Amino acid sequence: MSGIASILGYGAYLPRYRIPAAEIARVYGRNPKTTPIKEKTVPGLDEDSLTLAYEAALNALRRAAVDPSEIEAVFVGSESPPYAVKPTATVIAEALGITPRLYAVDMEFACRAGTTALLNAVGLVHAGLAKYGMAIGTDTAQGRPGDALEYTAAAGAAAYIVSPPRRDAVATIEAAYSYVTDTPDFWRREGQRFPRHGSRFTGEPAYFAHIMGAARGLMEETGLRPSDFRYVVFHQPNVKFPTRVAKRLGFTREQYERGLLSGIIGNTYAAASPIGLVNVLDAAAPGDRILLVSFGSGAGSDAISLVVEDGILDRRGRAPLLSSYIERRKVIDYALYLRYRDFICR
Amino acid sequence: MNSVPRAWRERITKYRLIGGRCRKCGKVFYPYREFCPRCGSGDVEKVELPKRGRIKYFTVVRSAPAEFKRYEPYVAALVELENGALVPAQITDVDPEDVREGMEVEGVLRRYREQGEDGIIEYGIKFRPVIGEE
Amino acid sequence: MILMGRVYVAGIGATPIGEHWEKSIRDLMVEASLKALDDAGLEREALDAVFVGNMSSGYLQGQEHLGSLLATWLGVPGVAACKVEAACASGGAAFHNAFMAVKSGLYDCVLAVGVEKMTDAPTEHLTSALIMADDQEYTAFAGFSFVALNALVYKAYMERYGARQEDIALFAVHDHKYAVNNPLAQYRRAVTLDAVLSSPLVADPLHLLECAPTGDGAAAILLCSEEKARELGLSPEVEAAASTVATDILSLHDRDDLTTLRATVRAAQRAYRMAGIEAGDVDVAELHDAFTILGVIHLEDLGFAKKGEGWKLVKEGEIELGGKIPVNLMGGLKARGHPVGATGIYEIYDVALQLLGRAGANQVEGAEIGLAQNVGGVGGTVAVTILRRVR
Repeated sequence: MSGIASILGYGAYLPRYRIPAAEIARVYGRNPKTTPIKEKTVPGLDEDSLTLAYEAALNALRRAAVDPSEIEAVFVGSESPPYAVKPTATVIAEALGITPRLYAVDMEFACRAGTTALLNAVGLVHAGLAKYGMAIGTDTAQGRPGDALEYTAAAGAAAYIVSPPRRDAVATIEAAYSYVTDTPDFWRREGQRFPRHGSRFTGEPAYFAHIMGAARGLMEETGLRPSDFRYVVFHQPNVKFPTRVAKRLGFTREQYERGLLSGIIGNTYAAASPIGLVNVLDAAAPGDRILLVSFGSGAGSDAISLVVEDGILDRRGRAPLLSSYIERRKVIDYALYLRYRDFICR
Repeated sequence: MNSVPRAWRERITKYRLIGGRCRKCGKVFYPYREFCPRCGSGDVEKVELPKRGRIKYFTVVRSAPAEFKRYEPYVAALVELENGALVPAQITDVDPEDVREGMEVEGVLRRYREQGEDGIIEYGIKFRPVIGEE
Repeated sequence: MILMGRVYVAGIGATPIGEHWEKSIRDLMVEASLKALDDAGLEREALDAVFVGNMSSGYLQGQEHLGSLLATWLGVPGVAACKVEAACASGGAAFHNAFMAVKSGLYDCVLAVGVEKMTDAPTEHLTSALIMADDQEYTAFAGFSFVALNALVYKAYMERYGARQEDIALFAVHDHKYAVNNPLAQYRRAVTLDAVLSSPLVADPLHLLECAPTGDGAAAILLCSEEKARELGLSPEVEAAASTVATDILSLHDRDDLTTLRATVRAAQRAYRMAGIEAGDVDVAELHDAFTILGVIHLEDLGFAKKGEGWKLVKEGEIELGGKIPVNLMGGLKARGHPVGATGIYEIYDVALQLLGRAGANQVEGAEIGLAQNVGGVGGTVAVTILRRVR
C-alpha cells in the first residue's frame, strides 16, 4: 500500500485544572469580555511536561496495542522539560517498558516540536531503523504574570505511535512539507525564566507566513486542494489566528472546527496542533483526509497530510476520548494558579 | 539524605509497580522481594502489577515530612489493586474532601519528591479517579 | 527454658519530659544514668555495661555511637556499650539487651538507658525522621507521615468493629487525668473529650490531641544479678520476671489485618509464659499509646480485652485506678510524653514506681505484677517487659 508511515495509536492528556481568562483579566484590571480565549488548562502541583507526556503515551499504547518493547524510538518535543539537561524521553521509555533497545531524544522548536517529533519518528520507521516509533508533544507553558500570553499559555500532551503503512492502523501519512526560516517572533534566553515575544510581529511574518508557506508547499507538491480535505488542524495560540489562516487558505469552518480547541483549553504549545488532531481522530471516518499544519516560533511549520484508515473504528475506543479530559475540569482562581505554577516564592 | 543511586536503583519497581506473587500461599505484594512477607517462602514470582484498583483506606496528610511540605494537604492511601496487592501511594487529581474508601482509581506517573531545588526529581505511581468510564 | 538466676531492678532514674532547649542528648542520658545509680546507692564504677536505646540521633543530632559516648561522658570508658535501635521500641529493646546480658551471666551490673532529643529539629524534619520507622523506599516515598499510617489503622479498626471515634479518643482524656500527678510528665493538665475532638486534624481522622507530643527526655533502669546484689549488700524489691521482643511484617501494605499488632501478641504470649502468669494476673500496665487507637488495640493484643472490645474497657472505666486493669497511670505516651527512643524505658520506670509503692496519688494498692509494652513503627517490633515484686 502507499504512504510513508501509519499512525497505529494516538492519545492525549489534559490536566484537570482550569483558569478562566476572565479571572486573569480581573486581576489585571482588563476587560473580561475581550480575552483571546475562554479558559486554559493548568497543571497540578505534582505534574510537569514529563508526567503529561506519560499519560498521553499510555493512551497511545492502548490504542496501538503493541508490546512496549517493540517501540524502538521515542521523540519528545517540548519547550518546558523538567530538566534543562536530562531528557524526558528516557524516563517515559523506562516507565512504559520500552527500554533499553531504543533511540530516544528530546527536541525543541517551540510549538512545532510535537509535529517535528512525529516527522522524526516517521523518518526512522520509514528507513527501517525502528520497528515502531513514538512521538510526543508536551508542554506546561509559562506565561509571564501580567503579560498577554498569560491568558493562553496552557498545559497538555499528545502522543503518536508510528508504524510502517498498514490498513488496520488509525491513519496513514501520505505527505509532509516543512517550511523554516530564522524569524525570532518568540524566544527565551538561557537562564531567563519567562519568554519574550515580538507582540504584533508574531502575526504576519511569523505565524501566517510559515503556516501558509508549509500548507501551500504541501498542496503544490501533492496537487491536493483545500476541498480534498475533510479536516484541517492548525497550530492554535488563540482562536483568531487559526480561524483567519484557514479562511485565507480556502478552508471552511466545518473543516477546522473540530480541530480547534484553544478557546477552551488554551495554547498547549508543542501539543497544540497534535491535540487538535486527536480530537479530529476521535470523530473521523475511514477515508477522511486530514491536513495538519503546526507552527513553532523561531520559526517553522510542518504540514502533514494523512488519510484515516479502517483501523480507527477498532482502536478509537481503547482509550478515553479527548472529550473525557475536556469534561474533567476544576476551575481555580488566580491565587491557586500562582501556587500551582510555583510563582509565589520563586 | 539525598542519594542518586538509591533513587535510580528503585526506579523500575516504582515506575511500573513491580511486585511479587508467592507461589506457595498466593499472596501478591508490593514491592517485589525474594521472600514472601506472609509465609516466608522463597518461591516468589516477579510480576508487573495492574494499575487499576480501589482505595482501601486513605488519610489526608496535613503535617507533612520536609520533602512533601509544598504539597500539603494531600491524600495518602493504601490502594487495593485488581489482583489483591496493596500499594501505598498518593491519590491525586481529586479534592481531599471528595475522596472515598472504595473509589475506583488508576495509576499514573507523577512527581513525588525532589532532591532539593537543583537535585533530581523522583517520579512514581500515584492513583487518580478513573477517566472516561461513565 | 532454664532460668539462670534472677535479674533485679537495682535502681531507676528519669529526667522530666519536655522541651529541654538547654540540655543536649549527652546531658540527658548522663542525668538519667546518674539518677538510676543514685537510686540504687551505687557508684559509677559498679557498672560493667550500658545499652543506650535511641531512634534518631544520627538524623537529628548527626551523632551515632551513643554507647561509647555515654560511657565517656559518664566517666566510665571501658564498659561494654552500644546503641540499640528499634524505632520507638528502642528503649524496650535496650532493656531487653540489658536483661539478656545479666540473665546470661556474662554481666552483673548493667544500665539500660533510653534517650531522645526531638526538639533539635524543626517539625517537618522530625516528621521525616519518624517515618524512617517504616519502609523508606515505599512508605516514606509515598509521602506518609507516621501519624498518617496510624490514621489508616484507626479507619480499619472503626470500619471492622463499628467502634466510634468518641469512645476511642477517651484514651487521651484518661492519660491526661493521671499525668496531673506525675512530676516528670510533659503535660500536667486534664483535657476534656471535647477539647480532644476539636483539636486540629493532623491526618484524618487523628486529631492533634489524640497523638503523643514531641519532647526530650532520658530514663534509665539499672539491672543487676542475684550474685552482684548479694556482693553489694543490696536488697532489691523488684525483679524483671520477663523480657521479650518480637517482630511483625514491617509495613501495613504487606499485612492482612490492620487492626492487630501481631508482634504484641507474640511478645506478650512469650512474656506471660516466661513469667509463669496470665494476662489476668497483671496488676498495672504501661501501654504504648502513641495514638489513642493504638491504646485500644494494645488492650486487645495483650489479652486484657477481646478483639474489637478494647474501647469498651476504656469507656467503662476499667483502665482507671481501681478498675479491672489499670493502665498508663502516669500519663502514658500522650501526656507523660514520648521522646521516642526513651519511651520504652519510661514505661518500665513507671511500672517500677508502682511496684515500689512510689506512685503517689496514682498508686495501685498492693501492685505485685506490672507489664510494659513498647512498640516500634506501626508494630514492626514490640518489646514486652514484666516486672514483679520480689517474694
